[in-house]
Amino acid sequence: MTSEALGTRSPGLTADDGGAGTPDGARPAGGVVPQRRRRRPPVVSQLLLTLALLLFLAPLGWMVLSSLKSAGEIFTTPPELFGESLLFSNYSNALDFLPFGRFMLNTAFVAVTGTVITLVTSALSAYAFARLRFRGRDSLFLVYLGTLMVPQEVVVVPMFLIMNQLGWINTFQALVLPWAFTAFGTFLLRQFFLTIPKELEESARIDGAGHWRILTQIIVPIAAPAFAVLAVFTFITYWNSFLWPLIVTNDVTTTTVPLGLNLFLGQNGQAWNLLMAAATISMAPTALLVLLLQRYLVKGIALSGLGGR
Amino acid sequence: MALTGAVRVTDATGSPQAPAPPRGTKRGDGRAASAFLLPGAIGFVAFTAFPIVASLVMSFFDWPVLGDPSFIGFGNFVELFTTDPVFTTALLNTAVFVLLYVPVNIVVSMGLAVWISPRIVGRRYYRVLFFVPAVTPMVGNAVVFGLLYTPRGLIDSVFQTLFGVSAPNFLGSSAWALPAVVLMSVWQGFGYNLLVFSAALDAVPPSLTEAAAIDGAGPVRQFFSVVLPLMSPSLFFATVLTLISSFQVFVQPYILTGGGPGNSTTTLVMYLYQSGFQNFRLGFASAIAWVLFVIIMVLTAIQFLGQKKWVHYDQ
Repeated sequence: MTSEALGTRSPGLTADDGGAGTPDGARPAGGVVPQRRRRRPPVVSQLLLTLALLLFLAPLGWMVLSSLKSAGEIFTTPPELFGESLLFSNYSNALDFLPFGRFMLNTAFVAVTGTVITLVTSALSAYAFARLRFRGRDSLFLVYLGTLMVPQEVVVVPMFLIMNQLGWINTFQALVLPWAFTAFGTFLLRQFFLTIPKELEESARIDGAGHWRILTQIIVPIAAPAFAVLAVFTFITYWNSFLWPLIVTNDVTTTTVPLGLNLFLGQNGQAWNLLMAAATISMAPTALLVLLLQRYLVKGIALSGLGGR
Repeated sequence: MALTGAVRVTDATGSPQAPAPPRGTKRGDGRAASAFLLPGAIGFVAFTAFPIVASLVMSFFDWPVLGDPSFIGFGNFVELFTTDPVFTTALLNTAVFVLLYVPVNIVVSMGLAVWISPRIVGRRYYRVLFFVPAVTPMVGNAVVFGLLYTPRGLIDSVFQTLFGVSAPNFLGSSAWALPAVVLMSVWQGFGYNLLVFSAALDAVPPSLTEAAAIDGAGPVRQFFSVVLPLMSPSLFFATVLTLISSFQVFVQPYILTGGGPGNSTTTLVMYLYQSGFQNFRLGFASAIAWVLFVIIMVLTAIQFLGQKKWVHYDQ
């Protein structure tokens, strides 16, 4: 069942980016609508949509505005956008209260290391499943697939005991390793590798290239979009992860950004202006990442079916 | 050797791989495969497969952090379903959360995906901006909503200004707390499905809706009779995945309400966390995890069985 589920999801993810994600503008504007409507630009619709978007973004805007107010200006009736002056010092005060710079460094280290391990091991396994013939391949792949359905919560309890046994509580390896070998990356890349025509490898094979060279010099470059999607989402998942860091770390040396924000909430949660400064600091990196990589991400989600969260 | 040859030939149907001189062993690429699989497989066994099995085993034990575990059969499960009022509440809260969250998420994301039609200027930017909270840390999103929901916070202040009355104490009232958590979660999460649906909409051939329009179908009819059936696979998978993830809701109530007031927003995963890592009943927590897993499996299976009635895979 699982294999059917995930198998059918994949056709959109093809090596040549075909079909599924038509980029904006690839189709003549208004091509969908009948002729008579083309002349009337959807001004009202666009205006209302913009209003909806602004309403949607209001919480984030309010966060930033509140982060620049004094404590007394947070709660006013009617609401005021700005306080008497813009208190950028809230940011340095928040950073003084808890070392968010350190948290950010910790999180970046965890996320980058985890992403690299995930990409490398997934690429190797995916190549084996997509291109090599060996006994038990399909049943082994089914085992991998089967674990995709298991929620993280099922494994956290024994995982905690394993970490405890290894003496890994409050270490980076405890934050990185448990989630760097999930079947998802293997599955995603395998599906992509399968869409790459084997003809491309043929001449290399005739020239005597081994599997390693075929993977690194032919497959990986072609599959770059799939790697990019997997990289970005693995990175974001690590960055935002909360439950697991909450379980295995309680020391500032390994605290991650979301955990740091939770700590801030617990210790200084009534200082709303500083809390909002801390929240802004916590949310800026991934928000910027998405805005910078938007074109790529939108297509990646569409193609890989990473939706549903 | 003859056998190997036969296998090669069958395998070669459709794969133009040259019948290279048999380099490897009888098993095809066995040796290379082990080398490629090993790094991932070690981690997979240690950190995925083994913990899954261990978790199932632990659910049949009374397993404290310190001291020896003792086998108690179905004891944990019996306790959960017969004598534990908090678990019943958590189960119910989670069910209510899922029942509210999934339909609202799907309707909002589908509605916006349709709304952001090709006639909208700069649609790419609308899509990505609606997606932003889906990638910012959930803790941050929840903290921000805390400031909106709190008495004298933004919503209350707007209420007082416009209507002269206070808004409900959203997080302090057991009637409002769960809907408030749902609202925050929908705000945070629908961007994923928006992007998925947008892609599916873009993939619908314009000729089909045009043909329907010529036959006299209005926009509504076009959507429900032509577009929706064509994107039913996307809708199906989005629903399945959204349902699975909504059963795992944890951070939102953890940050916004701490499960309160009372236990009115305690969810299954929250109760799992409390049982395992605050009360250190590891076997009991594992049992909760398996109840969650079984619920997810059963509901997913039901959806897969039901999909034949409404999901069209042939374009």
